[in-house]
Amino acid sequence: MTAINTPLDVAAFRAQFPILQQKDAHGRKVVYLDNGASSQTPQSVIDRTVDVYSKFYANAYRGAYEFGQRIDDELESSRETIRNFIGAERKEEIVFTSGTTASLNVIAQGLGSTILKEGDEILITLMEHHANIVPWQMIAKRTGAVVRVLPITEDGRLDLEQLPQHLTEKTKIFSVTGMSNMLGTINDLPQLSAAAHAVGAIFVVDAAQSILHEEIDVRSTGVDFLTFSGHKLYGPTGVGVMYGRHDLLEMMEPLLGGGHMIDRVYEDHSTWAQPPAKFEAGTIPFVQAIALKPAIELVQSVGLEAIKTHEHELLTYGLERLKDIPGLTVYGPAPEHKGAIITFTVEGAHPQDLAFLLNRHGVCVRHGHHCTMPLHDHLGISASVRASFAAYNTRDEVDALHDGLVAARKRLRLD
Amino acid sequence: MIDKTNNDTTDLVPLQEIYEEFDFLGDSEAQMEYLIDLGLDLPRMPADEKTEQNRVHGCQSNVWMVTDYDDDSRKLHLHAESDAMIVNGLIAVLLAAFQSQTPRDILETDIHAVFDRLGLDRHLSPQRKNGLNGMVNRIRQSALARLEAQPD
Repeated sequence: MTAINTPLDVAAFRAQFPILQQKDAHGRKVVYLDNGASSQTPQSVIDRTVDVYSKFYANAYRGAYEFGQRIDDELESSRETIRNFIGAERKEEIVFTSGTTASLNVIAQGLGSTILKEGDEILITLMEHHANIVPWQMIAKRTGAVVRVLPITEDGRLDLEQLPQHLTEKTKIFSVTGMSNMLGTINDLPQLSAAAHAVGAIFVVDAAQSILHEEIDVRSTGVDFLTFSGHKLYGPTGVGVMYGRHDLLEMMEPLLGGGHMIDRVYEDHSTWAQPPAKFEAGTIPFVQAIALKPAIELVQSVGLEAIKTHEHELLTYGLERLKDIPGLTVYGPAPEHKGAIITFTVEGAHPQDLAFLLNRHGVCVRHGHHCTMPLHDHLGISASVRASFAAYNTRDEVDALHDGLVAARKRLRLD
Repeated sequence: MIDKTNNDTTDLVPLQEIYEEFDFLGDSEAQMEYLIDLGLDLPRMPADEKTEQNRVHGCQSNVWMVTDYDDDSRKLHLHAESDAMIVNGLIAVLLAAFQSQTPRDILETDIHAVFDRLGLDRHLSPQRKNGLNGMVNRIRQSALARLEAQPD
């Protein structure tokens, strides 16, 4: 059913997203360019959610009655779809969490209490989202391990020349983003994985951004842990995935205790269930986990290659189109090294004002530090504006961004 | 002692005028646009006063604020500026409410009644409200310090 080499039918794809068919409260066409924060939801995901609530809702892994059985079957079917989507070997390697942040915390705390000791090193990079920085700092503080940060080059790519000094025998974990949520930089995961494994480090990938734009096969790429969120993948909010290689999931301690994660509870101790249950304490977001399946099926039906081609076309068109905005600085590498994110500043205009004024033209963008404060510090700015694209975006919307910026500059008396 | 010309009372839009404009505009986006205009028209601070020490923390944009006490009139003069124009507009509102008052007047001003009157509590994001409260606290602290140093 995957349409390999068939160009994306953008209009047909877009038509599946009801929110994009309407006008906002001010009667403006919605130009949604904040997909890096959250992508919009297709009708199939909305329908699936309504279906669960209205036809067979029951808690997961508890009911022997018909609804409970149905929920369990649907959940396992969603798990299988995800396994296939990321190329995992076993369905049991797919753990449902509340999102990427939760997944990374589970990994950091779990690996930390299992393998880290004083003097060990964790390597991250300067382009990480706070969710892939703070959990490591927390576990480092607890274990006496050290967090090291791989620098970036002037054009916003990982500085691989400095990799050998940073990734050493001391490195126990190397955790890196698949795609920078600020610069858009796409990292060479097979190369980084090989380097990590060469020193015996566990290779963790924060795929929150890349999952929507870049194909991933965890086995051939050599990814030990992969994390992503449903809501950045045309899926529901509140659900995320932690993929872990099975032997690592077996070895790693769980973060949360209680509920369905136990094998046997005694008065003075407990034993854990097998993965994935071991990491699915409490009631998991099972409705959302079930509704994640149609989101992935939508992506698979058109193919990530077709999505990528279209988005890349938008990116190059956008970079070209914005060239005539005076005082514009775009951050990140050349288009061939990045995904469809354009993060920029305009001299004399604060990102906060720009975001507000762009919204007056119906253009939705993100402003601020995008949860990448160290990266902003490095770039010497406190905030920026980010336009992040998805498969349903069009050239007209790039034009709207351009025209909105022209008008915003005028409004701020910069012309 | 007061030799600064920026943010002088005469340059400021009176609170009553801001109220009337907000009522006339009605729509919250149009009111924000008006704040941008107030911000663009706010007299600028001298560059040498935009120091780290004068920075107000808790704001997403940069905000600098200086307070000067005039011994003769016993009034506190405020100078503030942000690099974001909507924030500058909010500063214009604060200055309209607080400018050239005695420390006691400042402490007795119910600034939240002003924000309420303008509907700012409803329309500002929590982050922006944080920043605004940061500025209010800074002004109140200056007034309090002055009052403690020199009771009226």
